[in-house]
Amino acid sequence: MTIHPSDSIELSDQDRVLLGPSGTPAEQMAMRILVRVAQATGARRLLDISSAHVDGCLYHGLSGVHFAEKLVEGEARVRVPTTLNVGGLDLLDPDHFRGSAERRRRAGRMMECYQQMGCQPTWTCAPYQSHHRPAVGQQVAWAESNAIVFANSVLGARTERYGDFVDICAAITGRAPAVGLHLDEGRVAGLVVDVRGLPEDLLSSEVLYPVFGYWLGRRCQGVVPVIVGLPSETDEDRLKALGAAAASSGSLALFHAVGVTPEAPTLEAVMGTLSPESAETVQVTLEDMRDSREQLSTVADDDIQVVALGSPHFSLDEFERLLPLVEDQRPASSVEFVACTQRHVLWALEARGWRERLEGCGVKLVADTCVVVAPILETLSGTLMTNSGKFAHYTPGNLGMGVVYGSLEECVASAAQGRVVRDSTLWGGR
Amino acid sequence: MSSEWQGRTLVPGACVGPALVLDEPLSLWGGLDPSSGEITDRRHPQSGQLVTSRVLVMPRGRGSSSASSVLLEAVRQNQAPAGIVLGAADGILVLGAAVAEELYGRTLPIVVLEEADFDALAEVSRGRTVRVDDGRISLG
Repeated sequence: MTIHPSDSIELSDQDRVLLGPSGTPAEQMAMRILVRVAQATGARRLLDISSAHVDGCLYHGLSGVHFAEKLVEGEARVRVPTTLNVGGLDLLDPDHFRGSAERRRRAGRMMECYQQMGCQPTWTCAPYQSHHRPAVGQQVAWAESNAIVFANSVLGARTERYGDFVDICAAITGRAPAVGLHLDEGRVAGLVVDVRGLPEDLLSSEVLYPVFGYWLGRRCQGVVPVIVGLPSETDEDRLKALGAAAASSGSLALFHAVGVTPEAPTLEAVMGTLSPESAETVQVTLEDMRDSREQLSTVADDDIQVVALGSPHFSLDEFERLLPLVEDQRPASSVEFVACTQRHVLWALEARGWRERLEGCGVKLVADTCVVVAPILETLSGTLMTNSGKFAHYTPGNLGMGVVYGSLEECVASAAQGRVVRDSTLWGGR
Repeated sequence: MSSEWQGRTLVPGACVGPALVLDEPLSLWGGLDPSSGEITDRRHPQSGQLVTSRVLVMPRGRGSSSASSVLLEAVRQNQAPAGIVLGAADGILVLGAAVAEELYGRTLPIVVLEEADFDALAEVSRGRTVRVDDGRISLG
C-alpha cells in the first residue's frame, strides 16, 4: 500500500520516522493503516493519545491471526497503556469453550500475540469498571462500541469509534486521527431528547435503560443527542446499558445527559453556538418505549432455554442485585443461566464468597469472553432471554436463537419457571 | 437522470459488479456471514441477500467496531463485495479494506458520495451493474 501523506494530511516529524525505514516493520505498517483511515475520515493531522483499549484480540477468523502475527514478527510494542477487550476463550476456565480444537488454538494465539505487544490482559468490554478510567478531556483511542460510548459520554474522555486493527495501530504509534469526537466541534449536541414525559417509576427502573438506548441509537444516526430529564442519580450501570444498546442499534458514540454526564452541567454547555430553543427537540413517549421494548424481542413469550446476562460485562454492583434474586428463585434445571464478567470482578466475587453462592444456585460464570462472540453456550437452539439490549440485538444473528428482552427480575423469574414471566406494570399494563 | 457520479475516494481502486442496494445501514458484525457473504441480520430489509462480488450501495456503517474484521475475513475467504459505495464516510470499513491490502494484496475500493448523489444512485442502480473507478461511479 502506497501512502502519499503530503496530499492531504500533515504528519509530524515523529510520524514520518515511524512511517520510514527507521521505524520497525510493525510501526511502518501501523502508521500506513492509520494514515489511510485518517485520510478517509477527513483528518488533517494526527494527535497524541494517552491510552488505548484494543478490541482486535477477539478471534473472528484466520485473518485476525495473520494480522496479529505480522505485527509480532514486526517487533510491535504499544507506546501507551493499553487494555484488552474480550478474547475468544475464558482463560480462567478453558473448559467453557465448546468450539473446535483448531478454533481454540487460533483464539488462544490471538490473545497471546496481543499480550506479547505489551497490552494488559484485562479481557473485558467494560475496562472502565476496573482500572481504565481516563479523565475528562483526555485524548484516547478506544475500540468496542459500548466502551467507546461510555468513555466519551460517562467519562468525558475523547475517542472516535475505533475498531479492530486501527486500535492497535494507535497503541503502537501513540497517535490517532484528529477528527470527530476528538475535537470540540464534534462533541456539540444536535438533537435534544426530552424524557420528562415518561412515567417516573419507569425512569427510575433499570429495565428502561436498554430499551431507551435502543430507541436512541436508531433515532440519532449521525447526530450527538443531549438527553433532558434523566434522574440525576442515574448510576453508571444504567448509563452503560443505555450506551451499549444505542451503540448496537445505531452508531452512537457519544450522548450527553443534562445534570448526569460530565460535559453537560447545563443544556447550553453542550449546544455550541446553537440556542436550545432553536435546536430540534424530540419528546420521548411511553408508546415509543413500548415499541422499542417489543423490537428487542424476536419471538413470542413462551418457553426459554437460556438466560444470558453481562453484555457489557456484569459489574460487582450488578452481581449484588442478582445474588438475592437467584437465591430466592433458582433457575430451573432446564435453563442454562450464564453471566459474563471480567476477571477483576470474578476475583472480587470470590473474595466475598459470592462466587460459590452464585454457582450453588446454578449460575454459570464466564470471564474474559462473552457468549455471543465465542462458543460457550451448551444450548444453541430455542430462546435466549436477557436483560441486555446488546445481547438482544446480536443473539439472532450471531447464535441463530430467538431472543426475549426483560428486566433482571423478569429474567430470574423466567429462568425459575422455564418460560417467560412478565411484570408489565411499568409499561402501562402491556 | 444522470448515470455517472463523482465521489470521494476512501480506498482507491476499480471494480465492477451488480449493485446490492441496502435500504438501511448494516452492521457487518452480527449482520454478515463472512464465510458465505450472506446478510444474516434478520431485522435488516436485505436479510438473506449475498454481498459477494457485488457493489454494496449502503447509506452508512452501523453498530459494532468489529465490522472491519468481518470485512477482512470476507476478503480472505473470497466472499467480500467487489466494492462499497457509501452515503457517509466510514473509517471502520476503510480500515478493513486497508488491512486486506496489507495482508493479502487485494483491493476493495470504497467511495463516498454526497447525500443527493447517493440517493440518486440508490434509486436507479437496483438490478444494474455498477462500475467504480477511483471515485467515479457509473452504471453499466
